[in-house]
Amino acid sequence: MVDIPLDHVAGIPPAEVGEVELYHPRSWWTRYVFSQDAKVIAVQYSITAMSIGMVALVLSWMMRLQLGFPGTFSFIDANQYLQFITMHGMIMVIYLLTALFLGGFGNYLIPLMVGARDMVFPYVNMLSYWVYLLAVLVLAATFFVPGGPTGAGWTLYPPQAILSGTPGQDWGIVFMLASLILFIIGFTMGGLNYVVTVLQARTRGMTLMRLPLTVWGIFTATVMALLAFPALFVASVMLLLDRLLGTSFFMPTLVEMGQLSKYGGGSPILFQHLFWFFGHPEVYIVALPAFGIISDLISTHARKNIFGYRMMVWAIVAIGALSFVVWAHHMYVSGMHPYFGFFFATTTLIIAIPTAIKVYNWVLTLWRGDIHLTVPMLFALGFIVTFVNGGLTGLFLGNVVVDVPLSDTMFVVAHFHMVMGIAPIMAVFGGIYHWYPKVTGRMLNDVLGKFHFWVTFIGAYAVFFPMHYLGLLGMPRRYHDIGETSFVPASAHDLNAFMSVAALIVGFAQLVFLFNLVWSLFKGKEAGGNPWGATSLEWQTPETPPGHGNWGKELPIVYRWAYDYSVPGAAKDFVPQNEPPSGAVAQGAHP
Amino acid sequence: MAVALILLLVAIASVLFHVYSPWWWTPIASNWRYIDDTINLTFWITGAVFCAVIAFMAYCVLRFHHKEGRRAAYNPENKKLEWWLSIGTAIGVVAMLAPGLVVWHQFVTVPADATDVEVVGQQWMWSYRLPGKDGRLGTSDARLISSENPLGLNPNDPNGQDDVVVQNDDLHLPVGKPVKVLLRSIDVLHDFYVPEFRAKMDMIPGSVTYYWLTPTRTGTFDVLCAELCGAAHAQMRSRVIVEEEKEYHAWLEKQRTFAELSGQRDVAKAAYKTGSE
Repeated sequence: MVDIPLDHVAGIPPAEVGEVELYHPRSWWTRYVFSQDAKVIAVQYSITAMSIGMVALVLSWMMRLQLGFPGTFSFIDANQYLQFITMHGMIMVIYLLTALFLGGFGNYLIPLMVGARDMVFPYVNMLSYWVYLLAVLVLAATFFVPGGPTGAGWTLYPPQAILSGTPGQDWGIVFMLASLILFIIGFTMGGLNYVVTVLQARTRGMTLMRLPLTVWGIFTATVMALLAFPALFVASVMLLLDRLLGTSFFMPTLVEMGQLSKYGGGSPILFQHLFWFFGHPEVYIVALPAFGIISDLISTHARKNIFGYRMMVWAIVAIGALSFVVWAHHMYVSGMHPYFGFFFATTTLIIAIPTAIKVYNWVLTLWRGDIHLTVPMLFALGFIVTFVNGGLTGLFLGNVVVDVPLSDTMFVVAHFHMVMGIAPIMAVFGGIYHWYPKVTGRMLNDVLGKFHFWVTFIGAYAVFFPMHYLGLLGMPRRYHDIGETSFVPASAHDLNAFMSVAALIVGFAQLVFLFNLVWSLFKGKEAGGNPWGATSLEWQTPETPPGHGNWGKELPIVYRWAYDYSVPGAAKDFVPQNEPPSGAVAQGAHP
Repeated sequence: MAVALILLLVAIASVLFHVYSPWWWTPIASNWRYIDDTINLTFWITGAVFCAVIAFMAYCVLRFHHKEGRRAAYNPENKKLEWWLSIGTAIGVVAMLAPGLVVWHQFVTVPADATDVEVVGQQWMWSYRLPGKDGRLGTSDARLISSENPLGLNPNDPNGQDDVVVQNDDLHLPVGKPVKVLLRSIDVLHDFYVPEFRAKMDMIPGSVTYYWLTPTRTGTFDVLCAELCGAAHAQMRSRVIVEEEKEYHAWLEKQRTFAELSGQRDVAKAAYKTGSE
């Protein structure tokens, strides 16, 4: 990579557009509740997402209790089990991970990392949160409507999602679809903000190729989400019409409980195409921000520049683009035309290449680093282990013919939990331990953090690694009880019980984390402005936590990329992005 | 030190679990051994990559963890290394994809001598239909479904009159003969899943899907539903009995045809009518 000459670095042009006056809160309400400050909105998003996530966590305990000890708990029957898996999946994927990565991390980090005072449309940003909150409340309400929440599985496949053989057919499914529609409306308002802010509000000197990878990850994920969520939006609207008005978008001529139904002429497969046209990019909407965060955690805590920055950026963009042409790998055994299998298996396995490059570059960043085994670093290491494991099992399921025996078995459940459950949540935790000092001004407790990491990492691995083998055995997913079979040995039930115990332990470790979040808010060690010695702009704010408008009087000017760690000849082992070049430092300055 | 060791132990434990745990796929009973082979190949390649990445990571943590005075190296990129790694990955991907696609081609190419067998899914039971002496299945339509004609067979189709209908009972198949399994649902999505056959495919109301296989050993195998179909999804069971051709024909002889079943119903109804008058 070419080092740019000194005079170039210094010659950053003056801003062409003057600053726009921010909205300043006038009361407690507009400061903390109906706030237009992205940082407050980020905290609101995060707290809401984690609260509804706790519900999903409790649901997973219920599921594990049933699977580990079938028949023991009279308060879980087949219908409830289906309702639990449906709500658990939907909450975790959309209302927790998507909202937390984009609404939480995105809102907090984008303006700070690109050197902006706030998001470009603060009012719309505020609306985004309130619509999201409404979506969460509608979703939570399904637990209390007659018939309970829908038990159609998080994929909501028609016809069964809206027919009477499925729990929650009366109100649950209607509320679920309404909530999804609201979520997408809310997300679109936020998403436009994130994209425009990255493109338009970067401070002087912050070229696209100097952005921290966290911003690249969140930015690309948001662009993808803006393109993918509309497919879910129309699918939800059409399914709602099928359910409420008796249209037949997805409903062929069929029999409902022995009677010929009023439906006819629709296509159930069409729903699956729409769902997965959203659903596959969704995997990467959750993964790309995690990729970005992990890159920055590894670089900062190994005191070393991220290896192959440009390749990392292009890998993110390539993965984002490719993820729109692989959706039907979720449908190899759906009954779509079998020749689709050739195309989608090929595109799916091609994605493995840019993804593998990212993994190589993370571990190569560790190589010859100065690795501080802080809690964020531990979570980053845990992320790599679980992500590599889950990514590799993706090569089984993506390779069409290998998918045939494994699809709809516990192997799939194990795979996607590893790759888009455990791995992204490792990035979330790592990110929280890393940025909590900036958000609150205090450090999270280290001992509790390490306890949280080891129990979560080892425990989750102990739950999901053996689960693959239940799938190989042929155990289907979405069974509340496998019952009598000739092919599942008794020992598999012991394995299930073991996994359940591990899952409960992991669950309780999260309570330690929540305690740490609250306790450290008051009793945590004072953090100072830049406790990790990090280079990116959010650590260079004049105040910690950053005030309204982020930067005081003057916006920062960026002279270098975000990865000038351990630059030869520099006095310290990091050079902030906004530090002007001097002779000694400029040697390592990177475009 | 401890962190590196634990990371390494995770990889070693995974490999040991894979090798020594008793949980592995059930012995195969169809011609799809190629699928198992492709999975095995994939296990070898991905397993090697997994161990290599974790071992390298553990080495880095051990060798380069922070010590007083250590300073990280500064190397933004290494084009050559990145390209070699990409090419190596691409080779690994091709090594898995190519055999996968070849086997998929076999999977979707039904041999000409395969016999049709229809499987009908409904909440929450399985029915089967086998062609009669003419070797052909009659047409069906969901709109014809009634309590007299639960599978919606076309009463005016001459091909369908001798079709053998097995309702809510075991399916028998002759060993060693290729079968094209036609899959039909009359209500919601189902999936005809016999773990020992390795093959599976969703059944969709409104269309007929299929796969083919050749049963390779005799025995009794569980049929499960692998696509969520509502409250009793987990209880939607049946059995497939693969047997020698002679036994199969003996079983087939005893089954009722569509004509017999519908004729018998007409008789029963007529008798009822007379009785009530």
